Amino acid sequence: MATSNPSSTNEPALSPAGGSLPLGLAPLPTREASPAGAPQETVVDARNVNFFYGKHQVLFDINLAVQAREIFALIGPSGCGKSTFLRTLNRMNDTIPGVRLEGEVIVNGRNIYAPGTDVIGLRRTVGMIFQRSNPFPFSIFENVAYGLKVNGLARGRREQEAVVESSLRAAGLWDEVKDRLHKPALALSGGQQQRLCIARALAIEPEILLMDEPASALDPIATTRIEELALELKAKYTIVIVTHNLQQAARISDRTCFFLMGRVVETGPTQRMFTNPARKETEDYITGRFG
Amino acid sequence: MSSVALQPGIGRLPRGRAHQRWRRFRNAFMLGLTGLCTLLVLIPLFLILYYVVRQGLPGLHWSFLANAPKPVGEPDGGMGNALVGTLELLGLAIVVGIPLGIGAGVYVAEFRGETFAHVVRFAADVLNGIPTIVTGMFIYGLVVVPLHHFSGWAGGLALAIILVPVVLRTTDEVLRTIPVSYREAALALGASRWDVIWRVVLRAAQPGLVSASLLGISRIAGETAPLLFTALNNSFWSFKLNQPMASLTVQIYNFAIAPYDEWHALAWTGALTLILLVLSLNILARLWSRWRSPRRTA
Repeated sequence: MATSNPSSTNEPALSPAGGSLPLGLAPLPTREASPAGAPQETVVDARNVNFFYGKHQVLFDINLAVQAREIFALIGPSGCGKSTFLRTLNRMNDTIPGVRLEGEVIVNGRNIYAPGTDVIGLRRTVGMIFQRSNPFPFSIFENVAYGLKVNGLARGRREQEAVVESSLRAAGLWDEVKDRLHKPALALSGGQQQRLCIARALAIEPEILLMDEPASALDPIATTRIEELALELKAKYTIVIVTHNLQQAARISDRTCFFLMGRVVETGPTQRMFTNPARKETEDYITGRFG
Repeated sequence: MSSVALQPGIGRLPRGRAHQRWRRFRNAFMLGLTGLCTLLVLIPLFLILYYVVRQGLPGLHWSFLANAPKPVGEPDGGMGNALVGTLELLGLAIVVGIPLGIGAGVYVAEFRGETFAHVVRFAADVLNGIPTIVTGMFIYGLVVVPLHHFSGWAGGLALAIILVPVVLRTTDEVLRTIPVSYREAALALGASRWDVIWRVVLRAAQPGLVSASLLGISRIAGETAPLLFTALNNSFWSFKLNQPMASLTVQIYNFAIAPYDEWHALAWTGALTLILLVLSLNILARLWSRWRSPRRTA
């Protein structure tokens, strides 16, 4: 898996954090958001999704579509349901007892909530990066090779080594860890651990990456690395990212969706959302009036 | 009052040195009291160790380990057969009890919220609290009576029954300490529930499980009551599990209540051997969990 040139045209203008508000005025990447005319391929399509924890409804009539190889940001105040929605896309919510989903979530043309869906296969296609990096307490190598083992993907040691190397390279971690692949992953720094988790997710060659506030526990430099990485990975993967950090959404995403109280308020090209939001609530949120 | 309001707390301070002294005294006194309690707890432990070593060490010769008991008056009697018997009974209890205990413990931990898991957990606690002599009686009725003779099988089984709830509960406790984030990470990589248990949870829990098992084993190593009418005892070398089998604990008991001084001496040495066995299991458990715990340093 060849890593694209880090200084590609997608390099975001990384203005120092804490830039002046409104955020929309911060310098934005000069790239086309979902280029018009180009054939678009919808890979995730949520249709009338309602979601319940027991009797408590947390998502209301969610309709949104994610295109192939775009970075799609979900923003909104805490508790607005954006993480819950993200976790419906690989059925991670299944692990919580008493949850219920109405509506359809179409991934690659299939409703993943249809009876008989292969959830394990779905999670191979839809990888996930969590808010807190969660490497296993094993070696770096074993962390990356884990997905290969459980899915029976790379059998020989040779093959595993090749995939581990390419995944670590793709996650921009190879040079830092190549001499200590068999050392404990927990000895890495927070940012390295999170990139290790990304490498681990990439090893099983997913098509979609879900990122649940992947940089919220990281320092600014580590955050920048994760953001650059997301922009590189966009060449091959579709990324849905939940973030509390509006500048982050502005810096890296192609399209942004604003969640409020379990509903989608507005979805649109990021640049337009941050400069000229259609809805009053969106404007209030991105200008920091609440949230 | 207005000045007090401006500087909150200041108004209550001038209690002076007397109060400070009192606080310091109370602090020293209470801490000293806890230290005293610790000392009182340690005294019996060291007295027992000291006394057993004093009484038992002189008899700890090769002949003690190499020989079976001999009739009164003959020199060089030993408890070698009892030591081997204890190890054999422990081996049987381990082979039966550890997999059962860990297996059921995994179930209870994995299906944590479900009623059945609560029932099993409660049952294990009850089983843990049953006096071990009752377990011995149970096996006596279940195994010894139908087969018409005492046997190593019966003894090992009785020990296994005592071991299972200990291992089950500690497994449950150890698995509880494995962060949910590991499970989520594995599930998100396309792992099945079993993959998660086998390749992540049990693996991450392995140091804890090993030391928990060793502690459970050291607990049953010292049991006498469940063996009294299951394995009974044996004065001769015998490795057959379908025969009555000697064990250190029952041998010590028999020799200690006999009226012969040389048997008393043997009982002391037997007690020393048993203590050394249990102590080394405990130390091994400690070392294992320290060596194998995930280290954060590279």
